[in-house]
Amino acid sequence: MSAVAHETNGNHGHDDHAHHEEGFVSKYIFSQDHKMIGKQFLMTAIFMGVVAMLLSVLFRIQLAWPGESSDFLSFFLGEQWAPGGVLKEDMYLGLVTIHGTIMVFFLLTGGLSGTFSNMLIPLQLGARDMASGFLNMLSYWFFLISSVIMLCSMFVETGPAMAGWTIYPPLSALPQAVSGSGTGMTLWLVSMTIFIASSLIGSLNYIVTVLNLRAKGMSMTRMPLTIWTFFVTAILGVLSFPVLLSAALLLMMDRLAGTSFYLSDIIVGGEMLTNSGGSPILYQHLFWFLGHPEVYIVLLPALGLSSEIISTNSRKPIFGYRAMIGSILAIGFLSFIVWGHHMFITGMNPFLGSVFVFTTLLIAIPSAVKVFNYLTTLWRGSLHLTPAMMFAIGLVSTFITGGVTGIILADSALDIAVHDTYFVVAHFHVVMGMSAVFGMFAGVYHWFPKMYGRMMNLRLGYAHFWITIVGAYGVFFPMHFVGIAGAPRRYYDNSVYNEFDTIAGDMIFDLNVIITIFAIIAALGQIIFLFNFFYSIYRGPKAPQNPWRSNTLEWTTPVEHIHGNWPGELPTVHRWPYDYSKPGSDVDFIPQNVPLAEGEHDH
Amino acid sequence: MAGHASNELSTESPWGGKVSPFSTSYGKLMMWFFLVSDALTFGGLLIAYGFTRHSAQDAWPIGEETFNSMPFLGHGYPLLYVALMTFILIVSSVTMVLAVEAGHRMDKKGVIKWLALTIVGGFFFVGSQAWEWSHFIHGSEFGKVELADGSQAIVKGHFGEIKSFKVETAGAHHKKGEVIKEDLLHAYQHAMSAGQIKHDGKSALLTLHDGSIVSVQKEADEHLELVIKTNGDKYKIGNKIEGKEALNIYGEAVYSGEKNRVIYGANLEQNEYGPQQYGQFFFFITGFHGFHVFSGVIINIIILMGVIKGTYHKRGHYEMVEKTGLYWHFVDLVWVFVFTFFYLV
Repeated sequence: MSAVAHETNGNHGHDDHAHHEEGFVSKYIFSQDHKMIGKQFLMTAIFMGVVAMLLSVLFRIQLAWPGESSDFLSFFLGEQWAPGGVLKEDMYLGLVTIHGTIMVFFLLTGGLSGTFSNMLIPLQLGARDMASGFLNMLSYWFFLISSVIMLCSMFVETGPAMAGWTIYPPLSALPQAVSGSGTGMTLWLVSMTIFIASSLIGSLNYIVTVLNLRAKGMSMTRMPLTIWTFFVTAILGVLSFPVLLSAALLLMMDRLAGTSFYLSDIIVGGEMLTNSGGSPILYQHLFWFLGHPEVYIVLLPALGLSSEIISTNSRKPIFGYRAMIGSILAIGFLSFIVWGHHMFITGMNPFLGSVFVFTTLLIAIPSAVKVFNYLTTLWRGSLHLTPAMMFAIGLVSTFITGGVTGIILADSALDIAVHDTYFVVAHFHVVMGMSAVFGMFAGVYHWFPKMYGRMMNLRLGYAHFWITIVGAYGVFFPMHFVGIAGAPRRYYDNSVYNEFDTIAGDMIFDLNVIITIFAIIAALGQIIFLFNFFYSIYRGPKAPQNPWRSNTLEWTTPVEHIHGNWPGELPTVHRWPYDYSKPGSDVDFIPQNVPLAEGEHDH
Repeated sequence: MAGHASNELSTESPWGGKVSPFSTSYGKLMMWFFLVSDALTFGGLLIAYGFTRHSAQDAWPIGEETFNSMPFLGHGYPLLYVALMTFILIVSSVTMVLAVEAGHRMDKKGVIKWLALTIVGGFFFVGSQAWEWSHFIHGSEFGKVELADGSQAIVKGHFGEIKSFKVETAGAHHKKGEVIKEDLLHAYQHAMSAGQIKHDGKSALLTLHDGSIVSVQKEADEHLELVIKTNGDKYKIGNKIEGKEALNIYGEAVYSGEKNRVIYGANLEQNEYGPQQYGQFFFFITGFHGFHVFSGVIINIIILMGVIKGTYHKRGHYEMVEKTGLYWHFVDLVWVFVFTFFYLV
């Protein structure tokens, strides 16, 4: 397969990099070029995202119309999992679990970081490629294999993992507890182990590329904020995923080898198990030591992308560049000392809880710094409301909305009342789900010309944006009230609440119908995006070299992708990336590779 | 290179781009970050160990109670063997340093010599770990005993030697009157944990696999001391019972005819040393570390073959040896922590 790849073609003249004429396999499948790998990540993530979204529609139907027969459910789930078109309880848990897993790990970790770190790190730093193209390829293939295993787990006879995306033992450890804790759970763990390997290899590559392969003049404080967020995200991944690995390995032993790391004094179906002395709380500590940084692994790249997009499309430098870097670093650091706020009701010592309350509330400071910097960047800018810009502003909106409820949940005294209710579900969907997805959409719209050399359709982009933001708020805004009314998450059927509190019960019911209708609308809205995306890859108008009149280096490369990114020598960097509307300058924007004029000062 | 190389570029600073700020190749940097990540995996496991040990309190065994034997010499040498294997692992780190140093001097022969010695040290360590595991799995002669009040005790003292079995009632394989002299301890322990042993006042009678009943010719156990490891109705954790009383309640327990009153050695479900998790963590963490050492040895062998073939000499530097050296030192360092957690504290 690689025989073709090594026929050298001397026509292309860059100095230190012979250009290879590549065969189909080495160009599109086993590619070691960061641009192609980025696109592979994006395609896989889009597919996984569509699957996870479809799963959410399936279980939303059950929540809105519990017990009613649905052709839609029986079409997708068949007689085994939806007998007579009514979703089975076990499968409800399975759908919720796989929806969460795919969205958090495969779309927003692998997909978001994988796509944009690969695409942008070498391009924005002025490097020929990643530090190691081979490891980069390996990272994608591990990602793909783990995606395939995760998808396969939905088709085993006993169903997929059903213990929630956090897979708390003992539920996840004992196959006799729920059918999904059999083969489905084993496949989940295998898939996640491979995913962790993929994430580790990818992160190592991102980190050393940022450290070692910056172009001449690209000091750390001249890097675009996108790169800063990818860099910190990769560090968070390297530090937190290994702990998830330890947690998963111990869980694997409990399941397969009969150990009792997480198990103690359990009775299942009237039978007393012999396990004693283990602790399920131990699992929660290990899991959330990853789990909380994971939130920022998901969110930071989206914040980085939107920083770049907002500055470019406001035609203004980002407000508080160094404060932004500082807050990225602060968020990264703080994310490691707040995991206890997921565990306030595990019997934790209230004094320890108050420490976690304090550290958690501290995160509000760098987050607010970021928000105010976005707003002040937008303030009196000459806004170019491209679809990317709309999504970036949407991100700022959801980041604020979700952040406000975060303050409620961070406070242990308040959290105890709403813990494990739909209030929590609404909170994290807004602050990390919507924000990260909006960041990802913004990134796709903004860098589409760089990825595929063509432009996406604007009008379809606007339609997509408005349907998505209205649909998503329509889903998650009412969901807060479902939570406040007391509906716990992960319950198959909330009709029991009607029996002891009719008013709250009715409200939960009515809101669930509204939420599901909005969810279906938002899901349908994504068809517009998918059409726009795939149509534009082939039929979109050809992109100019620098369609958004942006300063960063990726727009100085040719539209047609070449191996090594720049024909001729690599660019030299003379300024920071945010010289938009610079006072005293005649031009609207000055790319990073333009030398300082006589008497001009660096930022 | 660029014609307009201007003076505002801070070429002095290593962070200004174009050069590696740490003057380190990307491969070595990646290795460093990988080691950071791996350290956190071990960190997670060791913290899980600490968490569980903390909640088990005094029931957790002390290292020198569990690990006190030497090959060929028997019991009574607490932590001596593990000290030896730790010493050898650390020496193998020294030889690795010398291999890297020889690489800097482009001394191929030196690299081969020191790398080969490192591999030998690695094999010694992995082999020692196998021995240690085997010993851990088979356990002591006395085992752990569940006393009549429900408490569990480990037994210290001198185990009277078993001389022979005399067949009292014939079974499928053995005839009456036959004297058995082989595999005595194993059969004895098996019968103990299966509850197939009684005492008729003169000697112990045990039932073998084939159904024959034999009387045990055994010297008396001496200096018995029972140390309580799990609370019962009468005895509490930390109690020590000696002398006549110890002999009596020990006999009462082991000759009760009940199953699982005596546990020998360790498996993934139970062990004679302490709570379930003690054995489980021992197997998992030392196993996970052993797996690292083993892969390190394999990597070292691959690199050694490259050195012998001259691949790195032709390349002009022995950086591959340096990278694998980093990994090797890391694995040694992790052992220091594993050793501390399991054997010392």
